[in-house]
Amino acid sequence: MTAANPHETLEQIAGDYKYGFVTDIESELAPKGLNEDIIRFISDKKGEPAWLLDWRLKAYRHWLKMTEPTWAKVSYPDIDFQDIHYYAAPKRGKDGPKSLDEVDPELLATYEKLGIPLKERGILAGVAVDAVFDSVSVATTFKDKLKEAGVIFSSISEAVKEHPELVKKYLGSVVPYSDNFYATLNSAVFTDGTFVYVPKGVRCPMELSTYFRINEAKTGQFERTLIIAEEGSYVSYLEGCTAPMRDENQLHAAVVELVALDDAEIKYSTVQNWYPGDKQGRGGIYNFVTKRGACRGKRSKISWTQVETGSAITWKYPSCILQGDNSVGEFYSVAVTNNFQQADTGTKMIHIGRNTRSTIVSKGISAGRGQNTYRGLVRMLSGAEGARNHTQCDSLLIGDACGAHTVPYIEVKNPTAQVEHEATTSKISDDQLFYCRQRGLSAEEAVALIVNGFCKDVMLHLPMEFAVEAQKLLGVSLEGSVG
Amino acid sequence: MTVMLEIKNLHTTVGGREILNGVNLTIRAGEVHAIMGPNGSGKSTLSYVLAGRDGYTPTQGSVTFQGRDLLALDPAERAAAGIFLGFQYPVEIPGISTMNFLRTALNAVRKARGEAELSAADFLKLVREKAKTLDMDPEMLKRSVNVGFSGGEKKRNEMLQMAMLQPRLAILDETDSGLDIDALKVVSHGINALRGPERSLLMITHYQRLLDYVVPDVVHVLAKGRIVKTGGKELALELEREGYAPYVGEAA
Repeated sequence: MTAANPHETLEQIAGDYKYGFVTDIESELAPKGLNEDIIRFISDKKGEPAWLLDWRLKAYRHWLKMTEPTWAKVSYPDIDFQDIHYYAAPKRGKDGPKSLDEVDPELLATYEKLGIPLKERGILAGVAVDAVFDSVSVATTFKDKLKEAGVIFSSISEAVKEHPELVKKYLGSVVPYSDNFYATLNSAVFTDGTFVYVPKGVRCPMELSTYFRINEAKTGQFERTLIIAEEGSYVSYLEGCTAPMRDENQLHAAVVELVALDDAEIKYSTVQNWYPGDKQGRGGIYNFVTKRGACRGKRSKISWTQVETGSAITWKYPSCILQGDNSVGEFYSVAVTNNFQQADTGTKMIHIGRNTRSTIVSKGISAGRGQNTYRGLVRMLSGAEGARNHTQCDSLLIGDACGAHTVPYIEVKNPTAQVEHEATTSKISDDQLFYCRQRGLSAEEAVALIVNGFCKDVMLHLPMEFAVEAQKLLGVSLEGSVG
Repeated sequence: MTVMLEIKNLHTTVGGREILNGVNLTIRAGEVHAIMGPNGSGKSTLSYVLAGRDGYTPTQGSVTFQGRDLLALDPAERAAAGIFLGFQYPVEIPGISTMNFLRTALNAVRKARGEAELSAADFLKLVREKAKTLDMDPEMLKRSVNVGFSGGEKKRNEMLQMAMLQPRLAILDETDSGLDIDALKVVSHGINALRGPERSLLMITHYQRLLDYVVPDVVHVLAKGRIVKTGGKELALELEREGYAPYVGEAA
């Protein structure tokens, strides 16, 4: 008989987090807590110019006056901002590694475990990798090839040294230091991140990719990414994350700023797989991220594609400011919440210019006791003559203890603008599961297949090498969701 | 002939109601059996029990398939062992192409049988060949599984899956329902193509019209959860003429 104890079965098939290991590398830690001295310490560690330190301090003083936002449909214990290390760097000699050979073999082994062998994979896939380990970039590949094309792809600290004029011009120009509680905190304490500059008319010759990884226990990670696409240029950027298993909540508050000038296009893809906490909801990453792109130029285009399967709490709204006439904003999202995960995610499309267009496709999947909220704003300002938006918002429920919520905000101040919003909610049916299992698929494979079908409209916007990984990830994330 | 399937004294309760009430049935390799019976007699329940659907666990009795205890296997293991259920109402799976579904299913089953997965090229060749025999437009294979398919297309799709998976025992639940005469001929051709000394068929049907094209060796009447009469193909004709009334009365 197949009448096994259902809990036993669930235990057997519930997957454990595959990437839960900790690399044993000595870190250089700032003492816990946040004050002006810590900010000076970070700035000093990075050898920053005075203007940047001033900017950080300005942000910090502003942050002191702010309160944590509570409008998102997520709940978590209070965060003690004084109980966090704001700086951790893998120990190394005075100079950074010049090539992969100089990189700590343990670090490289960590990437191997994640399935990201920098050397092989980078070369095979033609992907340049700026690997961020904790807060300091440790290895950058393919720089030469990019240099030839005139593309700058470096850590943001390096960019501050080598291209201060660009950083100064654009940093905080899309997400100002005073923007919101977490973005302001990030402005004060960001330790590293990625900088990309694509010059006029250049099509970036390869997909740029950064793998983030939080390694040090109790280290909040504050990444800062800045991507600038000059007139007529194109760049595709991939961001993927995994984190080691930890029992304590870890705060992650990144800021990503994108700037697209006339006829430029930026494609930003994310696969986010940070530790979601265990089956009882203990631990897991708090992911409070501000991502925003400015379509400053005419006919410019910014496209966000995200597959969010990790984190205990996700609070994230990659947005587009459609300033240039005929500019285009896109948001394609898959968000999975299983066990006790909570996600409040969506986008903001701010239509300023004439004939601006935006497309939103959001697929939320809830399983276990997961809570999944789509929160999206479409704002048509008075100058947005002929602007259009289409929003498609679908939720899929697995089991009966999870929740799906849709909170669309629509503001239209121009009578010629058109906004469409469609939403559906469905459940994986027993009929579908049985059908697939009768054809030879395990219960897990059946769920993965059905979910991938549900997400197809988003997955097809991911670059090929990412799509395959993301499909597998969806399956892994939902392991244990059917008993 | 070796025994393919042996059902002994099978009882099943669904939602608190006893639906199968002591079914006994033996199917030998190479045989084609038909189970006929009125609505509510337990025909579909029997097919679900054999395929291992959740909620259809027998309360009594045994089912042996090629010498193995079938009831100890989960649905996917049964599929790998060679059980195929052709559904009366095939479900839709949005976003997954029929081609992708077929390949996923075939490779899952091959893997479970210890066989190597088919290469993309070999798979394509095979699926095109099989689709052709079922008069299916290859374009249809690009569409999501059963989404927007007509009744006939869905049933052909079931037959295509059967042809790809090459089961040992195919249980076909009302495969003829919703088919026009041309589609019925094509589907029957697909079923007959699978007949062979190593394979058995169990056809569940209301009407005898499918049995004109797929001629059974044995016909059973299922009424009120038991097999109440067994005969040759002529029994189907008799049922067609006289209806199920005598059996319903008899079992009551």
